[in-house]
Amino acid sequence: MQTPASFEYERATSVEGAIASLQRLGSGARIIAGGHSLLPMMKLRLANPEHLIDINDLAELSYIREQGDELSIGALTRHVELEKSELLARHFPLFRDAENVIADPVVRNRGTIGGSLCQADAAEDLSAVCSAVKAKAVIRGAGGERVVGMEDFHIGPYVTAVGEGEMLTEVRIPLRPGGGSAHEKVERRAGDWAIAAASAAVWIEGGKIADVGVALGAVGPTTIHLSRAEELLRGKAPSEGLFAQAGEIASADCSPSADGRGPIDYKRHLASVLTTRALSRATARALHQEA
Amino acid sequence: MATVENLPSAQTERPIGFGRLKRKEDARFIRGKGTYLDDIRLPGMVHGAMLRSPYAHARILSIDTSKALAHPNVAAVVTAKDLETLGLAWMPTISYDTQAVLAGDKVRFQGQEVAFVIATDEYSANDALQLIDVEYEPLPAIVNARKALDPDAPLIRDDKAGQRDNLASPTWEAGDQAATDRVFAEADTVVKRDIIYPRCHPAPLETCGMIADFNPETGQLDIYNGNQAPHAHRTVYAHVAGLAEHMIRIKCSDIGGGFGNKVPVYPGYVCAIAGSIVAGVPVKWVENRDENLISTGFARDYVMHSEMCAKNGKITGLRVDVIADHGAFDSTAQPTKFPAGFFHIVCGSYDLEASHVKVKAVYTNKAPGGVAYRCSFRITEAVYLVERMVDALALELKVDPIELRMRSFIAPEQFPYETTTGWTYDSGNYAETMRVAMDIAGYEDLRREQAEKRARGELMGIGVSFFTEGVGAGPRKHMDILGLAMNDGADLRVHPSGKAVVSISAQTQGQSHETTFAQIVAEELGIPPEDVEVRHGDTDRSPYGLGTYGSRSTPVSGAAVAVVSRKVRDKARLIAATMLETRPEDLAWEKGRWYVKGDLEKGAMIEEIAVRAYSGEPMPTGMEGGLDAQVIYDPPNLTYPYGAYIAVVDIDPDTGQVTVRRFIAVDDCGVRINPMVVDGQIHGGLAEGVGIALMEVLTFDEEGNCLNSSFLNYLIPTALECPDFELGETVTPCPHHPLGAKGVGESPNVGSPPAIVNAVIDALHQTHGVDHIDMPCTPARVWAAMQGRPEPPQ
Repeated sequence: MQTPASFEYERATSVEGAIASLQRLGSGARIIAGGHSLLPMMKLRLANPEHLIDINDLAELSYIREQGDELSIGALTRHVELEKSELLARHFPLFRDAENVIADPVVRNRGTIGGSLCQADAAEDLSAVCSAVKAKAVIRGAGGERVVGMEDFHIGPYVTAVGEGEMLTEVRIPLRPGGGSAHEKVERRAGDWAIAAASAAVWIEGGKIADVGVALGAVGPTTIHLSRAEELLRGKAPSEGLFAQAGEIASADCSPSADGRGPIDYKRHLASVLTTRALSRATARALHQEA
Repeated sequence: MATVENLPSAQTERPIGFGRLKRKEDARFIRGKGTYLDDIRLPGMVHGAMLRSPYAHARILSIDTSKALAHPNVAAVVTAKDLETLGLAWMPTISYDTQAVLAGDKVRFQGQEVAFVIATDEYSANDALQLIDVEYEPLPAIVNARKALDPDAPLIRDDKAGQRDNLASPTWEAGDQAATDRVFAEADTVVKRDIIYPRCHPAPLETCGMIADFNPETGQLDIYNGNQAPHAHRTVYAHVAGLAEHMIRIKCSDIGGGFGNKVPVYPGYVCAIAGSIVAGVPVKWVENRDENLISTGFARDYVMHSEMCAKNGKITGLRVDVIADHGAFDSTAQPTKFPAGFFHIVCGSYDLEASHVKVKAVYTNKAPGGVAYRCSFRITEAVYLVERMVDALALELKVDPIELRMRSFIAPEQFPYETTTGWTYDSGNYAETMRVAMDIAGYEDLRREQAEKRARGELMGIGVSFFTEGVGAGPRKHMDILGLAMNDGADLRVHPSGKAVVSISAQTQGQSHETTFAQIVAEELGIPPEDVEVRHGDTDRSPYGLGTYGSRSTPVSGAAVAVVSRKVRDKARLIAATMLETRPEDLAWEKGRWYVKGDLEKGAMIEEIAVRAYSGEPMPTGMEGGLDAQVIYDPPNLTYPYGAYIAVVDIDPDTGQVTVRRFIAVDDCGVRINPMVVDGQIHGGLAEGVGIALMEVLTFDEEGNCLNSSFLNYLIPTALECPDFELGETVTPCPHHPLGAKGVGESPNVGSPPAIVNAVIDALHQTHGVDHIDMPCTPARVWAAMQGRPEPPQ
C-alpha cells in the first residue's frame, strides 16, 4: 500500500479562513482541492506537506459566469464543469477541446482549474488554454486581491506567482467579438500527459487577424507563450501558409527535453504541426466555417 | 441462472451444460464484494514494508537499522544477516538458480530487496523505511543484453562459484543446423531482420502480497496469498523454510489478475513467512505499484536475429539466434527441460523443410522474471518473430502476406504434424480459419480502400498474423517444474440431494473457473451448473496440481473435471442398474439420466441415483456407498489452438499516431465450453496486445534506473485505444482432450502484437520505405521510422 507521511489536516469554511491558515502555518501548508496531483505525490513521498487545508467546501469558489466584458471562472470549478459548460463552449470552445483529453472522468470529476494552474506542470493543458485566451489570474492574500496576466503567472516549473499566504481564487477571461479558439494535443494514450499541445485563440475583424494568442504545453520547462508567432499573425489575413509560418516559429521557440514521451526533434515537429492545426481550427470557428 | 443460449436437458427446461452462461463470480465482482488480499485483516496482524535498492548495481558497505528500530511502532527490521541465521538469505528460483531474499553483499537490480520492516501499521512501516541507512558503493550496471557478454562487462553474479561472465545458461538449441544450412543454400530468397521483443510487464491491477500466519502452539502456517499455483508454492515453502508441508495451508482469496506475475515466489513472501514464524503473529505485506513494476516477474526481453528463406514462392527455412535477458537472477518459469520455454515452436503454422534455433540467456542488472504476461512459455516471442519474418519475406517476394501464408501452411491432411523443432501439432485446418478472417474483414475491399486512401495521402495499414500455440503443459514424460509433474487433480462429490462440489487444483485469477468448470460437470452429469460448486485456491480443500498459467486450466484441469465426472457417471450407471433391476450394459445415457435401452420411461436421474448412493438401500455387490470420485490428469500432449488475426490501422501522417481502427480475431480453440467466457478471454488478451504493440514497455537508463515505475509511465491501454473487436471462430476439436477443448487464454496476447506491427509497416512501406519497426509503436517511434531512422528500444 502506498502511504503518505503524516500530516495535519483542516477543512476551510471560508476563503478568508483558508488564507489565515496559510499565513499562520507558513511554507509547510498546502491547499488541497481535487487532490489529483498532490495526493499521488504525497503517496510517493515526493511531496510531504505538514498541513493540508481542504477547500472543497468553499462553494463560493465554484462558478462559470459572465461579468460585464469578462468571463469569470472560480478556482474550485471542476474539470467536468468546464467540460460541460455551454457558456464556456460558446465563447471559448478550446476549453472543451482540452477537457475532453485531460486525464479521465474520475480525475475530471474532482480536479479543479485552480489546482491545474497552481500545479503549473508544463504539460498541463489548461495553462496553455488560459494563456492563449489571455486570461488573468486573481490572487488573494491577507492584504486583498491582485490580478496577474498568464504571462506573469507561470514563473518556472511548478512555480507560480501565487505567494506564501496567498491563494488563486478566480480566472478572468476578456470577452471580445469575432473570436475563435482551439486546443490540439498529441498523447501516447487517452488520459496521458501531452507529448506536445498547442492552444490558439484568434479574433478576426474585417477579414484580418485583429488579435491572437498562441501557447504550447509540454515542450518547455513551463507553458510557452509564442509571442513571436503572435506578432507575425497580428494584422494579417488568415491563411494556411501563414499558419505554417507560425508553426515554424513554434518549432523554433519551444525548448522541449527528451523523455519517455519522445525525443526533442519529434516534440519540435509536433509543436509546429499542432500550432498550425490549432490556428486553423480556431480561425474556422471564428469564421463559423468549422468542418 | 440466466442464459444467453444453452442446450436444454431432455428432462427439464433448466439450462444444463455448455453454452453462453453468465458468470457465477460476477455477482460479487460487479458489486464490489470480492475479497482481495488487502481486504483480509486478522487479529493481532502486523505489517511489513520492503526497503529496496535505489541502485541497479552496487556493493553494500553497511546497513544501519538502529534509527528504524527506535521507531515506537516498529517491531523488527530484518536484513540479510538475520536471514542467514535462519538459512533463508538465498532462495532457489524456479529455474534452478538462486536469488537473494535480502541483499547482503551486493544489489544487482534497482528495486532489489534490502531490508524488511515489521511494524504495527503500514504507515509506520513505511515511515521506518526512511530511517534505515544503507551505505552503497555504486558499480557500473549492465542493462543492455547485447553488452552483457562484452569482455569488459562487470560480473553481476560474483556470488556463484565458477561464474566468470554474465552467461545465465548454456546456449540452447533446437532443430537441425546442417539441414537448415542446406535449405538456405537451395533457397531463392532470403530475408534477415533484427527483431526485439522489448521487456514489458503483466501489471495485474492487484499487486502481489501475502499474509503469513504462523501459530507457534500448533506449528500450523496459514498463508493468504493470491497466487497462480498454490500447491506448488506450498511444496516450495516446505523445502525453502524446512517446514512440514502438511502443516502449511495456502488460501487464495479473489485474485485481481495474474497473467504470470503471480507464479513466482518473491522475497517479500519469504520475509512475511519468516517474520510470522519469529514474531508469532500474522504478518501482512502488500507491495506498491512501483514495487510491482520494478521488481516482480517481467515479460519478454528477447533480442532476436532471424533469417527466413523461400523457394518457388513458398517458405522453406528459418534460422533464429536469440539473446534472452533474464535479469539479475534466472527465475524464468518454465518446464525443467525447456530453458527457453516453448520458444522453439517458432516454426509457426508453416510446413518448413528445416529450421534451427539458438538461445543464449544472459544476466543483466534488471529485475528477474521472464515468463509472464500470457506468454505460453515464450510462444509469444516465437509467434511475434515468425509472423514478422513472414511479412518481411512477403515484402521481399512482393506477394500478398496472406497469399504467402496460404502457400506455406501445414495442410489439414498432414496432422498430426511433426515440426522441424520437435513439436507434434495435434489438429488444424489453417487455411479455412484464415479464410473466415478474410471474410469478416472484407480483405479485398480493405486493400481497395487502402489504395484509394494512399492516393489521397492518407496512411492506412492492414496487418495479418497467424499463430499456432502449444498449451496445456504438460505430459509428465516430458515436463515438470522443479521436479513436480505438470498434472492436475479433480475431486467430485455428489451429495445426497444431487448437488455437487468439484475441487480443482487450478487457481482462477479471472478465468471464470467457477462457471466454466461447473458447466463441465453439468454437461457430463446433467445437473444444472448452479448446483455445482467449484472449489479452488485452498490447498486444504483441493487436490494437488500445478495451477493456472500457460493456458493450461481447460487443457489439464478441464480434462480432469471431465474425466472425474465420467467416473461418477460410470458409478451411477452401476447403481442405476441395481435400482432398475437390470444389467449396466442394458442402460443408455442421456444428459442427466440412465434409462433402460428400448424403454425411455424406465430410468433413474442422477439426483435419484445420488439419494440411493447414500441411502440404506443396497448398493451393487462390492461397491462402497456415496457418489464421489477423484482423478489426477496427465495430458498425453499439449493442445494446439490457433488463429488468424487481421488488424486495420490508421496513422496520422503528421504526428505518427497509430489508431487501431478494426481488429478481426478468428480463434480455433476446439470445443468451447462457455463461448461468452472465451470471448471475454479474447477481448482481454487483444486489449493487452494493443498495449504491447503500441505503448507498454519497461525501459532503463544507462545507470539501470527503471523509467516506468508507475502507471504514469508504464502505459496500459484503455477502452479508447481498443476498437470493437470482431471475433469469429472455427472449431477443430482437440483429438486427445476428453472434451475436444484447447486452451485459449493466451492466444489473443500471443497473436495480436504481430498483426498490429505488420499493419503499421504495411501502412508505411510504400510511402516511407519502412520495412521494420520495433515495439512499442509510440507516436515518436513511428514518426522516427517515417523519417527513415527507426530506432530499437533501449
